[in-house]
Amino acid sequence: MSKPPNPPQTLAEKLLARAAGRPQVTAGETVICTVDLAMSHDSSGPRRVAPMLEELQVPVWDPSRYVVVTDHYVPAETPESEAILRFTRDWSKQSGITKLHDEEGICHVVLPQKGHLRPGMLVVGGDSHSPTGGAFGCYMFGIGATEMAGVLATGRIWLNVPQTIVMEWRGRFQPAVSAKDVMLFLCGKFGMDGGRYQAVEFAGEAVKALSMQERMTLCNMTAELGGQAGLVAPDEVTIDYLLQAGVPADALADAFDWFTDPDAQVAEHHRFDAAELVPQVAAPHSPANAAPIADALGQTVDVAYIGACTGAKLDDLRMAAQVLKGRRIAKGLRLMVAPASQADQEAARADGSLDILLLAGGELLPTACGACAGYGKFRFGEDTRVVSSTARNFKGRMGAASSRVWLASPATVAASAIEGCLADPRGYWRG
Amino acid sequence: MKARIWRFGDGIDTDAMAPGQYMKLPIQELARHCMEGVRPEFATGVRPGDVVVAGANFGIGSSREQAPQALATLGVAGVVALSFAGLFYRNAINLGLPVLVCRDVEPLEDGAAVSLDAAAATLTLGNGATVRLEPMPRFLLDIVEAGGLIPHLQTTLPARRQ
Repeated sequence: MSKPPNPPQTLAEKLLARAAGRPQVTAGETVICTVDLAMSHDSSGPRRVAPMLEELQVPVWDPSRYVVVTDHYVPAETPESEAILRFTRDWSKQSGITKLHDEEGICHVVLPQKGHLRPGMLVVGGDSHSPTGGAFGCYMFGIGATEMAGVLATGRIWLNVPQTIVMEWRGRFQPAVSAKDVMLFLCGKFGMDGGRYQAVEFAGEAVKALSMQERMTLCNMTAELGGQAGLVAPDEVTIDYLLQAGVPADALADAFDWFTDPDAQVAEHHRFDAAELVPQVAAPHSPANAAPIADALGQTVDVAYIGACTGAKLDDLRMAAQVLKGRRIAKGLRLMVAPASQADQEAARADGSLDILLLAGGELLPTACGACAGYGKFRFGEDTRVVSSTARNFKGRMGAASSRVWLASPATVAASAIEGCLADPRGYWRG
Repeated sequence: MKARIWRFGDGIDTDAMAPGQYMKLPIQELARHCMEGVRPEFATGVRPGDVVVAGANFGIGSSREQAPQALATLGVAGVVALSFAGLFYRNAINLGLPVLVCRDVEPLEDGAAVSLDAAAATLTLGNGATVRLEPMPRFLLDIVEAGGLIPHLQTTLPARRQ
């Protein structure tokens, strides 16, 4: 007699069941999961975990499962940052870590680009924007450095199986409206604890019509929504991207197994009409301040910043270029462009997008976290008003306490750069 | 009772506790800037045993564990809040800093004398009144009582590897 099928499960439950070695798991229970892959960057990684591993007197459980990316302290500006980078490189080498991506770009963008992710994996990242990986049908979430040391020592981590909150977008987004607008809208509607540290799953035809990088933006800002993980069920678009990234086809054989069963129990299911979404702007100092661009038109800005894992991937640079093509930025405004990775920068150079941004008056910054994390020399000065494609505008994060950051999509940032004040990209869109 | 409450509002983020421009400093120095954008007198005024009491969503933002670590370095006995951001909650536990949910923080006034018993999940006030908090799960208390994840693993790892 054949085994009865499992009751309907969500994608999050299926992913955690696999990682926990169980046929199924239930939302709310605590499980111990085997980790398929761990990722750290130069701030949260070796400089923090190495002393702890030494204290525990254990090596990295499986060096082939640890990816290290330098993105926070590059390019080195001070003796301290040089020392951090040197340590990152030396320790990785000594520890047998071959997956070191040094000055190649921001970790969340580099990780899938280099073919490290595949659907079904349980992945932990030493950074709060780790939910980005969920766009590939992985359960990926952010952890602190001590927790990472525990993972590196044991290869395991505990989790409370989350409920699933579905954000379904029907129809199609308007031209010039993008994933960043979706996330600002959701932060505005549900607040920064809307995700309740559960799994947020993005679904619907409008989501399926998005590119992988746009889906990454959705999952990326699940962090701001307060979810533990963001998820998009894999489809042909996912497979295409991963094959291009060098993932062997046989590693993707089960890709279409990873989805929420139609009759699975979800905690919340929200349905939106994509065509109704207008460009959004989140005023200082919270993503939850998001409101339609019409409410903020005319707010003068001094700096337009296109950067970060959230807002400077190739697709983001292309959207900004759509708006800026043949145009120049406003007199007195500074347009700063920090592409999210070397590969994105090269692709933008090849397809002309980068030239458009520079011809418009943009300045090219290193492919790193830069001003978003507020670590280095790009911190904004007193009273500076910034419109930014990044994810977080907390007071004092990106610059002086008196600086103010409005969050927006790359297209909106570009339109605002033309006018010198917050502007609607739909008037400029050439899509 | 020498310890006191430090009251904060909603949405205290990790950039406030561990500001980005100081992140390359050792924790002892970084801790001196903890909360300086929100309450400049906190880092110099806090004494070992003091309790941070806050509103909703304490610890939103980055995964940087320097945020709870700065509080622990300053001697904070624990954080009591209406709710915690999930990542901060895990980080605090891993660093041995008790974090407990309290359904109603209104009666807990800034500067009031207080004593925290994390295992019993209670706050005792200067007037003798006891405030009940939501108990932490036993397995997480084990980690906190060991002093954090690393000390906890130091006792459990050898057994696991046998």
